[in-house]
Amino acid sequence: MIQLSSVSKQYPSGHLAVTGIDLSVPEHEILAVIGPSGCGKSTILRLIAGLEEPSSGSTRVADHEVQGPDQSVGIVFQQPRLMPWLTVERNVAFGLDKGEESSGEVAEVIARVGLTPFARALPRELSGGMAQRVAIARALVTRPPVLLLDEPFSALDAFTRIDLQAHLLEVWGWYRPTTFLVTHDIDEALALADRVVVMGGSPGTIRADITVDLDRPRSRTAPAFHRLQDRAMTELGRSRDVPTATESVTG
Amino acid sequence: MTDTLTPLREPMAPGEPLPMKQRSRRLRRVGLGLVVPVAALALWELGTAAGIISTRLIPPPSEIGATLVDLASDGALWVHTLATTLRVLIGFVLGAVVGTILGAATGVSERFRVLFDPTLQALRNIPSIAWTPLFILWFGIFETSKVLMIALGVFFPVYLTFSGAIASVDRGLVEVGKAYGFGTFKLIRRILFPASLPTYVIGLRSGLGLGWMFVVAAEFLGASEGLGYLLVDGQQTGRPSVIIASIAMFALLGKLTDRVLASVGARFTYWQDGFVRDGVSR
Repeated sequence: MIQLSSVSKQYPSGHLAVTGIDLSVPEHEILAVIGPSGCGKSTILRLIAGLEEPSSGSTRVADHEVQGPDQSVGIVFQQPRLMPWLTVERNVAFGLDKGEESSGEVAEVIARVGLTPFARALPRELSGGMAQRVAIARALVTRPPVLLLDEPFSALDAFTRIDLQAHLLEVWGWYRPTTFLVTHDIDEALALADRVVVMGGSPGTIRADITVDLDRPRSRTAPAFHRLQDRAMTELGRSRDVPTATESVTG
Repeated sequence: MTDTLTPLREPMAPGEPLPMKQRSRRLRRVGLGLVVPVAALALWELGTAAGIISTRLIPPPSEIGATLVDLASDGALWVHTLATTLRVLIGFVLGAVVGTILGAATGVSERFRVLFDPTLQALRNIPSIAWTPLFILWFGIFETSKVLMIALGVFFPVYLTFSGAIASVDRGLVEVGKAYGFGTFKLIRRILFPASLPTYVIGLRSGLGLGWMFVVAAEFLGASEGLGYLLVDGQQTGRPSVIIASIAMFALLGKLTDRVLASVGARFTYWQDGFVRDGVSR
């Protein structure tokens, strides 16, 4: 569903963000990308979204070459980015054309994220977690085959974050979109994803590809979960050994 | 889910009657705001009655009121008020429209900004009254030069605030539009314009204030009607009560038109989450 072949991205400033990225995400899979800040994981998400163009290599989504943003992906950013002047339902319908706005799809997706009582509320009346659920509903309203999440819960407190992770899986079960999750939270990656890709270095490259072979719902205290945590930590640690002057490992 | 799902109150529609408690609080606020001007007027009246203030130069409020009634009853006041208000309104619309278009263009497009903004910033530093002789030379002594003077005064604050507001719209919101493949005009219409509305309204209000300032300057220089003409007339015929009556009319009209603009603006910006809820001073 998502296919990156030897992709690299150099920004006009000359900064080489990622290089030699080969990655494919089969349909209905949830893939998480973890790594320290500056390793280029958000760059890859922006390439898939069509918000950036690769300097070389090819990015394909749903069997076509990505050429700018299109309807086959929905994006959830780190901040909810809701339009403060629109109600919840109009925010969810924001990308739709006139006429589609009043269709049942908007109401349905709002119900899926459990915000029906707030359909007519303004963003200022929502908590951070609720606002992010609206952002998820907005991304999914057209049922895009691909869902991109860019550190979607990192601005939330720890309790809300765990709740929203469970909620995301629930909403994901609706039609199981192919999901690309960027995070710097190892637990989040292991709790949600079928596969975890570890990135590191500058320019960023893929360091490891871990299959998370655990049944859902997952217990974060099970020994198997701990083993995967250790493995991910080790892989992240390995990237720490690469001595490059500009690398940031604290993230 | 930790978020409690208790429904919040619906956002209150503007113009909806306020609950009792809020209404009495608002009445008290208005009442408190009146204390100082009413006390000042009373002292003024008493001072002239007691002979402490010379009535020849500073007529008492009662005499100014009588002058206003006189002017109103022979129709002169309405002729002058109408002439001045029309000039301000036409000039305001003209200046606001041009300011909005250029503000949007320079706010959205880097190229337009580089091309026009330095020139406009330089022109802004010329005291606009200094243009008056040139405008009279170019456009004659009648309406055109007056309306254009006012339009010039209105233009700059509208242009500056709108251009700045658009350029400082949250990049994250703009990116949401880009992710939906919005083109420039759709971005302006659906994101940039609504997001800059609160600041835009402030720009319109300061533009209108300057419009009222400029109409006086324009009417000083050769007008046969208008409140500015009335001011000059009062000076030349030695009637301070006429001067102060015109000043009072300016104050009244300025405040009135600003309130109209502010409350129209508040209807579109009720969604703001500012320190003072609607961000509009009354």
